Amino acid sequence: MIKFNTKLFFILTFLLLISLRPLQSAEMVDPIKVDWSFKGLTGTFDRASLQRGFQVYKEVCASCHSMQYLSYRNLGEPGGPEFSEQEVKAIAASFEIEDGPDSQGEMFTRPGKPSDKFKSPYPNTQAATAANGGAYPPDMSVLVKARKGGANYIYSVLVGYEDPPPGVTLDDGVYYNKYMAGNKIKMPNNLMDGLVEYADGTESTVDQMAKDVTTFLAWAAEPELEERHRTGVKVIIYLVLLTTLVYLSMRKIWSRVDTEV
Amino acid sequence: MSEHEYVPKSKAAKWFNDRLPLLTLGAHLTDYPTPKNLNYWWTFGGILTFCLITQIVTGIVLAMHYVAHADLAFASVEHIMRDVNYGWLIRYIHSNGASMFFLAVYIHIFRSLFYGSYKSPREVIWIIGLMIYLLMMAAAFMGYVLPWGQMSFWGATVITNLFSAIPLVGDSITTWLWGAYSVDNPTLNRFFSLHYLIPFLILGLVVLHIWALHVPGNNNPVGIDIKKPSKDTVPFHPYITIKDAFALLVFMIIFAGFVFFTPNVLGHSDNYIPANPLVTPAHIVPEWYLLPFYAILRSVPDKLGGVILMFGAIFILFVLPWLDTSKVRSAVFRPIYRQFYWIFVFNVLMLGYVGAMPAEGIYLVLARVGTIYYFAHFIIVMPVVGLLEKTDPVPMSISEPVLTGGAEPSLARKINDKV
Repeated sequence: MIKFNTKLFFILTFLLLISLRPLQSAEMVDPIKVDWSFKGLTGTFDRASLQRGFQVYKEVCASCHSMQYLSYRNLGEPGGPEFSEQEVKAIAASFEIEDGPDSQGEMFTRPGKPSDKFKSPYPNTQAATAANGGAYPPDMSVLVKARKGGANYIYSVLVGYEDPPPGVTLDDGVYYNKYMAGNKIKMPNNLMDGLVEYADGTESTVDQMAKDVTTFLAWAAEPELEERHRTGVKVIIYLVLLTTLVYLSMRKIWSRVDTEV
Repeated sequence: MSEHEYVPKSKAAKWFNDRLPLLTLGAHLTDYPTPKNLNYWWTFGGILTFCLITQIVTGIVLAMHYVAHADLAFASVEHIMRDVNYGWLIRYIHSNGASMFFLAVYIHIFRSLFYGSYKSPREVIWIIGLMIYLLMMAAAFMGYVLPWGQMSFWGATVITNLFSAIPLVGDSITTWLWGAYSVDNPTLNRFFSLHYLIPFLILGLVVLHIWALHVPGNNNPVGIDIKKPSKDTVPFHPYITIKDAFALLVFMIIFAGFVFFTPNVLGHSDNYIPANPLVTPAHIVPEWYLLPFYAILRSVPDKLGGVILMFGAIFILFVLPWLDTSKVRSAVFRPIYRQFYWIFVFNVLMLGYVGAMPAEGIYLVLARVGTIYYFAHFIIVMPVVGLLEKTDPVPMSISEPVLTGGAEPSLARKINDKV
C-alpha cells in the first residue's frame, strides 16, 4: 500500500499556500503601523488625544461626515474624551437641533442638549452624495470597525495624499492616495499644518491631527474598549484560578481510578 | 432507559417518581457508566451544550433590544452596542459564540470520524448530530443577516439565489423565500423569526442525540465494545462531570479571549457598513465556518452543479456509516485509514482557505482538486481502505490495552465480529 509521510506533506503544502498569499493583496499598500495607546490587552485611550481629535472632527470632518450613532453625552462618559459636564453641555448647546412638532404642529430649532445625537451635516444620504460630487462621505460612527486595517488604515489614508505618479491621470474632484484601494479618493486632502488651534497648545501638524482624529474615531467605533479590556483581564484571571482549582479537584477524584486524566 | 433499579428515599419523592420518573432519569444520568479512557476530544459534547445554552440566553436578551426592520436593524445593533447596559458584552458573546459553537462542533465531528463513533450501533446518534449541524448552519447564516450590514445583505443574496438554480420552479421558490423580488425587509423579518425558532429545534434534537447516545453508551478511543458497568467504566458523575468542567473552563478562557480582546477578528469589517443594495462588496465571503462549502460551490462552473455538490458534501455524511466498510472502529488501529484521515482534515482546511480567496487562478484549481478529493474520500477511500486494510491488533478491553503475545489482525476482526 501507499506510504505517506503525512507530516511532511502537510508542511510542504501549507508553505505553498502561504507563499501564494502575497499574490492576492498585491494591488494594495499595507497601511502604516502606528503604536496606538489603545492597542493590546490593557490598552486605553489617550484622553488628551481624544479631546484634540474631537476638535479636529468638529472643525474639519463634521462639515461633510455625520456621526449619527453618537450622542453629545458620550463625550463626557468614562472611557471617552471625558469632557466635564459643563463642557459637554456647552458643546451640545453650540448646535442648533431641529425638534418638534410642537403643539401647533410646527418643527422648530433649539440649542442642543447632551442627550441629542450628533447633528448630521446633511438631511439625508442623497443630499450628502449630491453635495460631494457623487461620493457619499460615510458616517464615521463605526468607520474604524468598517475598514480592513482599522485605525492604521484611517490614519494612513489621512496622511497618504501624494502627487499622482507619471502616467496616472485624475478626473476633477478625484485625488491620489497611496493607501486607498485603487489609489483614487474623492475626499480632498483637508489636513494642513496649523489648520486647527489646539486648546492645549499642542502643535497641530498634519501627522498630529491625523493621529488625534483617528484616536477619536477609534473611540467612537468602540466606546466600550477600556471597560472591555478591564473586564476581560478580570474575567481571564478569574477563569484561570477556577480552572486551576477544578484541575486539582479532577486529579484528586481521578486518583481513585487507574487511568490518567 | 436503563435496567438499573433506583428507589427514591422519601415517600414524597417516591409518590412523585411513580407518576413522572424524573428522579430515575436523574439517577440514570449521574450513574451512567462511561468508558474510563475517554480523552479530551470527548469533552466537546458538554462544551457544545454550553454553547447552545449561551447562544439561547444571550439571543433572547438581544431580541429584546433588536428591531427587525431594514431601516432600523443596523441602528438597533448600534443601540445595543452603545446604550444597552452591557449590550456590547452580550452581543460580542453571541457573535463570537457562534464561531466558538462551530469550532467545537467541528472538533466533535472530526473526533467522531477518527474514532469511528458513527459506526454501528451509533448510526442514529450520528444522523441526529448531522441534523443539528445542518440547523446550526441555517441559524448561523440567518443570524449573520440580522445586523443588516453589507455582508449580511450580500451573503443573504448569494445564498438565497442558490435556490434559483432549481430547474423550472427555481425563480418562484427564490421569490417565495424572499417574500419580495429581492432580499428586502420581508426577508429580514422571516429570517429573524426563523433565527429565533431554530435554536429550540436544535435543543430538542440535542435531547434526542443524548438519548440515542445513552442506548449503546459512549464509544471510546480504543473503539471496542465494553461491558457496562465494569472495571472499564466510571460513573458519569463525578468523573466525567469534573473532566468536562475542566475542559469547558479551558474553552471559556479562549472564548473570553476573543470576546474581550479581539471581538471582531472573526467577522468581516464590511458588515459594519449598512446594507446597500446598490453597492456590491469587492469580495462576498461567508463566515469562516461555511468557507469549505463555499469553496465547493464556487469550484463548479455550472450553478446547479455547484449547488448540488455543496449540499451533496453535507448529505454524503448521512450515509457515511454505510460507506465505511471497516470492521474496526478506531483509527488508532487502522494505519492506512489514519493517513487518509489526516489528508482529509488537511483537505477540508485547504478548502476553507481557498473559500476565503477570490475564485480565480490557482485558488480555483485548488478548490477543484479539493472538491474532487472531498468526495473521493467518502466514495472511494472509505469503502476500499476498509476492505483492503490490514488493521493492527485490537485489545480485548480497555484495562488490557495491549494483547499479550502480539495477536493477529484476524483476531482483532474476530473480536469485532462478536460485537
